[in-house]
Amino acid sequence: MPFRETESLLPSGSYYFSGNEAATEGALAAGCRYYAGYPITPSSEIMERIAVRLKELKGVFMQMEDEIASICSVIGAVWAGAKGMTATSGPGFSLMQEGIGYGAFTETPMVVVDIQRAGPCTGQATRVGSGDHQQAKWGSHGDYQVIALSPWSVQEMYDLTIDAFNLAEQYRVPVFLMGEESVGHLRERMDVRPKVTVFDRAKKKGTPPFGMVEEDGVPPMPCFGEGEKLLVTGSTHNDAGIRKTDDPLVHEKLVSRINNKVLNHREEIIQTESYYVDDATCLVVSYGFTARSALYAVNKLRGEGGRVGLLRLKTIWPFPDQVIRVLGKKAGKIYVPEMNRGQVAGEIMKYADCDVVPYFQTNGEIIDPRTIINQVRSLA
Amino acid sequence: MAVMDYVRERFMPHIWCPGCGHGTIMNNLVRAIESLGLKKSEIVMVTGIGCSSRISGYLDFHTLHTIHGRALAFATGVKLARPELTLIVPMGDGDALAIGGNHFLHAARRNIDITAIIMNNSIYGMTGGQFSPLSGYGKTATTAPYGNIYESFDIVQLAKAAGASFVGRTTTYHVTSMMEMIEEAIRHKGFSVVEILTQCPTYFGRKNKVGDAVDMLNYYKDHTVPIGSDKKKENPALIERGVFVREERAEYCEEYEKTVKRAEKGG
Repeated sequence: MPFRETESLLPSGSYYFSGNEAATEGALAAGCRYYAGYPITPSSEIMERIAVRLKELKGVFMQMEDEIASICSVIGAVWAGAKGMTATSGPGFSLMQEGIGYGAFTETPMVVVDIQRAGPCTGQATRVGSGDHQQAKWGSHGDYQVIALSPWSVQEMYDLTIDAFNLAEQYRVPVFLMGEESVGHLRERMDVRPKVTVFDRAKKKGTPPFGMVEEDGVPPMPCFGEGEKLLVTGSTHNDAGIRKTDDPLVHEKLVSRINNKVLNHREEIIQTESYYVDDATCLVVSYGFTARSALYAVNKLRGEGGRVGLLRLKTIWPFPDQVIRVLGKKAGKIYVPEMNRGQVAGEIMKYADCDVVPYFQTNGEIIDPRTIINQVRSLA
Repeated sequence: MAVMDYVRERFMPHIWCPGCGHGTIMNNLVRAIESLGLKKSEIVMVTGIGCSSRISGYLDFHTLHTIHGRALAFATGVKLARPELTLIVPMGDGDALAIGGNHFLHAARRNIDITAIIMNNSIYGMTGGQFSPLSGYGKTATTAPYGNIYESFDIVQLAKAAGASFVGRTTTYHVTSMMEMIEEAIRHKGFSVVEILTQCPTYFGRKNKVGDAVDMLNYYKDHTVPIGSDKKKENPALIERGVFVREERAEYCEEYEKTVKRAEKGG
């Protein structure tokens, strides 16, 4: 596999970064060579830091005319061989959906950092929200898969951005880092290791860029300017990239593969963390910033003798259905606190064979650990 | 290299209607490229959606067939990631100036070295004859059955005001000058715009009762004049053709390189 170890760009050691700064450093460490974006709160610091770190980018930073142009130019740059990224927040993420659909269908690796704020619409631009998870999965039309990661700390803004690039290149798929305002603007200590593991996209001369024998395979990806003939289209295409818009078999095969290449590799892709789940009779399932409050609450309740566990989802898409199924059944009860109206709780309900109790909070504030403590106590 | 080497013959016949002007443009475009001696692998053709966009399927360059209106944004990423490649972006009038209007303005403002060819047939052909931003006041379309109340954009003025450093206009009747203009536009360093009036007898022609393809070509012959012609003074309704802007101005990728050098020096 084309994974390789490389020297970290930043000297190894501890740093006091904001989440947005950490995501920028993660991108540079992962080998991002093209960044395009449009100003939007609360993600703009990512673009500002990229602009300053131009020398380290060893590539191109573009402030484009809007988010649509941003993501489209990233896709263009990726097909010209660069690793590419954009960052935004909800309103910009909405605009980017057509580019995301194009990226999914043309199997373009790219990273989109979405620093979520309180929506819908302009909502509360400077306040936290976590309401973009279903949009991340279903925002563009048609059936496709993406990968979405949910960082809970500044450290993970760095680490998961690197993972996001590697997953994008490995599976040729758009990958989203679903940060929230509270982690984007949080400042805390994080560590940079001396080495970074990066994945460089597979290239193989003479192989078709959009298809292969395996029904869930990821074809090698050529790029413009490296000698190979290349047709890329957002219309239905065969293995060679040739438009085939009236052949039912070609469409079925392509749509199946772009879904299966992610879904059939869930075990390799999905990351979760669990705390005290072995004897838990109530399982808190949480992700993103809320998981910090959830862990505090679970520790507190454990101190009181409560049999409460925590499952933290670092991957939201593809959805960690298997671990939910297993741990839910074991605990008998799942509690899901969210800064939205149940976007992930609804997903859990699809797979959990037990009671699922959601808690919604959409007031632009983070969920207080005491709220979780009181609610879990009342469930017991 | 022979002209036919640039064409993906296996994708013929093309989808353009009998009498459509787009084939004439494709013909002249490949001849211009042949005359420039460009290799196929040096060219990336980026297109959006619509009748015009199909041109990227028929030509044997690197081709990126994208989404409606966004071709210039995609092309911007390709160009910046690999400035050594030649970027050609054929678009329709709706593609370039309705849904893609903002990208067009900003690509021109950046003066990035991309050649935009606007195949202006004054109508949305692929979707069945709706009015476009170039249809013109009083014209008829499926969505303007009682007459269009919008005025048209003037592509030349728009491109000029937005900062394009090469701006030309020609028609599918004037094939020799079309080829020369495309050739010069590709050679030009900076954002170059070539507007080509191209007939759509199927929709624009039928809806507006302007006759068949030959009548429409004759219309271009009779209603356009070279820039500065005395006839224009007598009849201001005549459309001028020729090269309106030809300026040497700082090109975006080169300016970007200078910025990188400043960053390397530490500001």
